[in-house]
Amino acid sequence: MIINLEHFVKAETPQWRRLDDVLQRMAADPWRRPALEEARELDRLYRRASADLARIATFSAEPDTRRYLENLVARAYAEIYSAPGERGRFRVRRWLAVELPQAFRRHVGLFWLAVTLTGVGAASGGLAMAFDPDAKPVLMPYSHLQESPAERVAQEESAREDRLSGHKATFSGQLMTHNTRVTLLVMALGITCGVGTVILVFYNGVILGAVIMDYLLGGQGVFLAGWLLPHGVVEIPAMLVGAQAGFVLAQALLGRGTRENLADRLRRATPDVVTLSFGAALLLVWAGVVESFLSQYHEPVIPYLAKIAFGLLEAVVLAYYFMRAGRRADRNGPLTEAASP
Amino acid sequence: MTAGRVQTLRVRTPEGAVFSFELASPVTRLAAWAVDKATVSAAWGLLVVIFRLLELWNNDLARGAAVAGYFVLSTGYAMILEWRWSGQTLGKRLVRLRVVDERGLRLTFAQVVLRNLLRFVDALPAAYLVGGLAALFSRRGQRLGDLAAGTIVVREAVEAAPDWTALQSGKYNSLRPYPHVVARLRQMVTPREARAALQAVLRRDRFEAAARVRLFAELAAHFRATTPIPPEAGEGISDEQFVRNLIGVLYLQGPGSDRPPAPAGAAAGTAEVSFRS
Repeated sequence: MIINLEHFVKAETPQWRRLDDVLQRMAADPWRRPALEEARELDRLYRRASADLARIATFSAEPDTRRYLENLVARAYAEIYSAPGERGRFRVRRWLAVELPQAFRRHVGLFWLAVTLTGVGAASGGLAMAFDPDAKPVLMPYSHLQESPAERVAQEESAREDRLSGHKATFSGQLMTHNTRVTLLVMALGITCGVGTVILVFYNGVILGAVIMDYLLGGQGVFLAGWLLPHGVVEIPAMLVGAQAGFVLAQALLGRGTRENLADRLRRATPDVVTLSFGAALLLVWAGVVESFLSQYHEPVIPYLAKIAFGLLEAVVLAYYFMRAGRRADRNGPLTEAASP
Repeated sequence: MTAGRVQTLRVRTPEGAVFSFELASPVTRLAAWAVDKATVSAAWGLLVVIFRLLELWNNDLARGAAVAGYFVLSTGYAMILEWRWSGQTLGKRLVRLRVVDERGLRLTFAQVVLRNLLRFVDALPAAYLVGGLAALFSRRGQRLGDLAAGTIVVREAVEAAPDWTALQSGKYNSLRPYPHVVARLRQMVTPREARAALQAVLRRDRFEAAARVRLFAELAAHFRATTPIPPEAGEGISDEQFVRNLIGVLYLQGPGSDRPPAPAGAAAGTAEVSFRS
């Protein structure tokens, strides 16, 4: 069958071009939500193009026109059938004040899972260190942790000059990027159904527990608290939030307790995984600054008490933020638009 | 490669329309990745100049910013471009690839970020070995990032509207003065032959000159052998123009004619289609 293609194309081309214009406008600003009239027009043009595609698909003489129409229909279909909540302009303030803490609370059980794994790892590392101090090079395979705590404390407290002078920002940048890489890897390993995440979280716990036990056995608990607390109370929770994101991904993959198919589960989990990952990275920026500019300075430069108090204050603020921020939005209705597909 | 690997992904809309995505091959994806890698290196080369200038003011700050800057550039490059350019980076644009949602829905920001964050695993242990193997064994050629984000990488579809002016419907057609020839052609030319001729005309500018001359000579000879053409109808026109005229009488209504063209290949028993005007 040969049809009058030219008449068909001539009659329909203005509609196709109009649809193309609407779609290009929408693609130019991925955050923009169309006005009601524009959405109606998009729907009308999409239905017409779909009908045209169905007609031309039965007549395969002209693959270019069919492909052109398929492309138009595919683009319009994507705009029309995607959930409206997925097209909201990103607002930093709202993300910080509402979306991040809400995402954290939605999956708080997985955060506590990461805490437990770290705790078990820390206990294992601590016990191994207590029972076999000679295993230190194996438990903490880092050169800067090999000297005895007492020697290190003596060195730090007697230092006459600032060894980080002229390198603080560089050191800070290195800490930020290294810790962010590790945290994002912990998150990404959620794709192994969480096995990789569990291993890394546990291993981090082992190292942490071994370091703590090493300093406690050396009688340097106050130094340790003054050294670790200022940045550790942010850095360690950041890693745990990264692990929480990995577990959210793993949970979506495993799909326990839900009847949704895999694609739906992943699509629903993705915004929270990304939100938690960005949240962890943001915390690590702060931790990097604190570790470089504050944690590496000890008595007599900065009293341990002041450092410990600063660390505890950070911990309280961080806990309050994650447990309380955005609760009003929780009570006022459904979850954030960006998080609900 | 898995035996069940698909090359094309078809999506049927609730309206009954069907569209398809042609999945990108690993080689084209590798080419796009190489271009992106080179782009990041080039962009970093430019940024280094800025950081060097910053070093004159504060050496430590400049180095710290450079360390963080490289991380942000190398991690954020694909995220930002794929989001702003609807699933494309510079490399994907050059080799005509696009990241799309595997169900045909709109690509979300979170999907773009997640598929790129999963590069931390896909890139392990080196040279994207994990991601490459995953793509090789996945039915839809998805690396782990694509599996997690529910995305696929497809070949970019043709976006330009087809050029129908090639058929020259408004111009003089040397076959139209011979209605019996037109009727005979519509009877004898099969839909398959007509489609081949139509495609040759619509794509004529894509052929090399010698191949174009040869192709239209073969087509013209074939159709002349199918139906006797009066010498006057073919005099003074090239083989390509003859094929265009043939397509004109097969597919298009003649100017001033109030009767729709009889379908060629009607003998084969195909049906008529009506159109909305």
